[in-house]
Amino acid sequence: MISTRQGTMSDVPKIRLRGLRKAFGAKQVLDGVDLDIRAGHSMVILGGSGSGKSVTLKCILGLITPDAGTIEIDGRDVSKLSRVEREQVNDRIGMLFQNGALFDSLPVWENVSFKLLAQRRISRRAARDKAAEVLAQVGLAASVGDLSPAELSGGMQKRVGLARAIAAEPDIIFFDEPTTGLDPIMGAVIDGLIVDVVKRLGATAVSITHDMASARRIGDDAAMIHRGQIIWRGEARSLGDTGNAMVDQFARGEREGPIQMELRK
Amino acid sequence: MERTLSDRLLDPVAALGRAVIGLLRATGAIALFAGEAISHLVRPPFYGRLFLKAFVEIAWFSLPVVALTAVFTGMVLALQSYTGFSRFNAEGAVANVVVLSITRELGPVLAGLMVAGRIGAAFAAEIGTMRVTDQIDALSTLSTNPMKYLVAPRLLAGTLALPLLVLVADTLGVMGGWLIGTQQLGFASGAYLKATFDFLQVADVVSGLIKAAVFGFVITLMGCWAGYRSGGGAQGVGRATTSAVVASSILILALDYMLTAVLFSR
Repeated sequence: MISTRQGTMSDVPKIRLRGLRKAFGAKQVLDGVDLDIRAGHSMVILGGSGSGKSVTLKCILGLITPDAGTIEIDGRDVSKLSRVEREQVNDRIGMLFQNGALFDSLPVWENVSFKLLAQRRISRRAARDKAAEVLAQVGLAASVGDLSPAELSGGMQKRVGLARAIAAEPDIIFFDEPTTGLDPIMGAVIDGLIVDVVKRLGATAVSITHDMASARRIGDDAAMIHRGQIIWRGEARSLGDTGNAMVDQFARGEREGPIQMELRK
Repeated sequence: MERTLSDRLLDPVAALGRAVIGLLRATGAIALFAGEAISHLVRPPFYGRLFLKAFVEIAWFSLPVVALTAVFTGMVLALQSYTGFSRFNAEGAVANVVVLSITRELGPVLAGLMVAGRIGAAFAAEIGTMRVTDQIDALSTLSTNPMKYLVAPRLLAGTLALPLLVLVADTLGVMGGWLIGTQQLGFASGAYLKATFDFLQVADVVSGLIKAAVFGFVITLMGCWAGYRSGGGAQGVGRATTSAVVASSILILALDYMLTAVLFSR
């Protein structure tokens, strides 16, 4: 578990979602999502495929515009911010994508220092040193910096993605299914790194996953989204024994229960 | 509700209407896309390194294919025009026809079509792959506007690189005609070159270069647009690549007519 610091503005959540709705054609993916994420805590959002977890994350990041509802970061409704103000908010956000989403055309060190270089906050020489420093924090040698992303294994790509997400020292970090596609040991290693870096930065973390072991390892709080709504929230360590039949079925991976998979026969 | 005969008769009209609306919608979306990309060219930060990379990719690496196309086109033009003109004893006009055809039309159009095949496809595939692997979303989360980073430098590079390529194509095309004229058709070298340069006007070359700049803009725009809007995995990227090449090729031919009509409307 991560719990690093309590919110400085005690009652104001770091991120607050209210009535978030989003439809793609006839499919209502988000149907009124309400969620508070406490500053300095790690929130894990659980849910099956197509439940709306990734869309929620993309709405918060500003990659998708919701049809209705509000998204507040540090008490400010981000939909009412100007483009420049929104970019300033995004400057404080880091993101680890599910497949790494590393830039193929750039070597690893440029991927890691990308944000610092793009904002002209650092020279190319200093960016290379910074990349080596951050790569060391995720357990990678400086020599990895000269490789191309295509030369890395899945686990290494996740680590480089994590290094890129934390290089600019954000105060909110999003993790999109951080252990998907990894073996259990590498999954645990990545979870450990996530816990360490989030704790060291004192950041607020939001992860989406359907890996229960990972959720318990990295989460302080957890919420479950089902058919576009938050149906439960509580402590991550209680997963599997929450008293909510849907959450417990999901956490235990049981076929029978209130959640019925829509399978064609 | 049962469909009547008149409903069925109107089906083709409805389909035509949908196609026209779809075309207008796509045209508007592409115009907005282009406008946004152009607006990033005048607002910092500027990505000079990316511009140079795209410029070298377009101008330098397209040079062999454009050069070969131009040389052979000049050679064929000399042969064909000689065959035609000799029927009414006007062989002397071969050099004039070659230089006018190359500088005004064939240089820009053929270079444009070659670059559309190479660069339009490459840009659509690269940006499309970035789209389906979340790399474009990643750019946004790294405080980098994807339009400014991916589209604007390529658009500028395409617009500036194609006129340079066409200058080379013009020169090599004329040299191709000269080669056949002097080696096969019996023209004296000096006389052939004199006929070429006496007849050539600055406006002929400049009009070709204007066309080239427009074609360069359109090729890179369609490549970036198709890639940026692609989805649906590898198949979607394949479709984006095909549509970028087809759309830019058709646009080159259509714009060539319109620009000719405007530039030579006397």
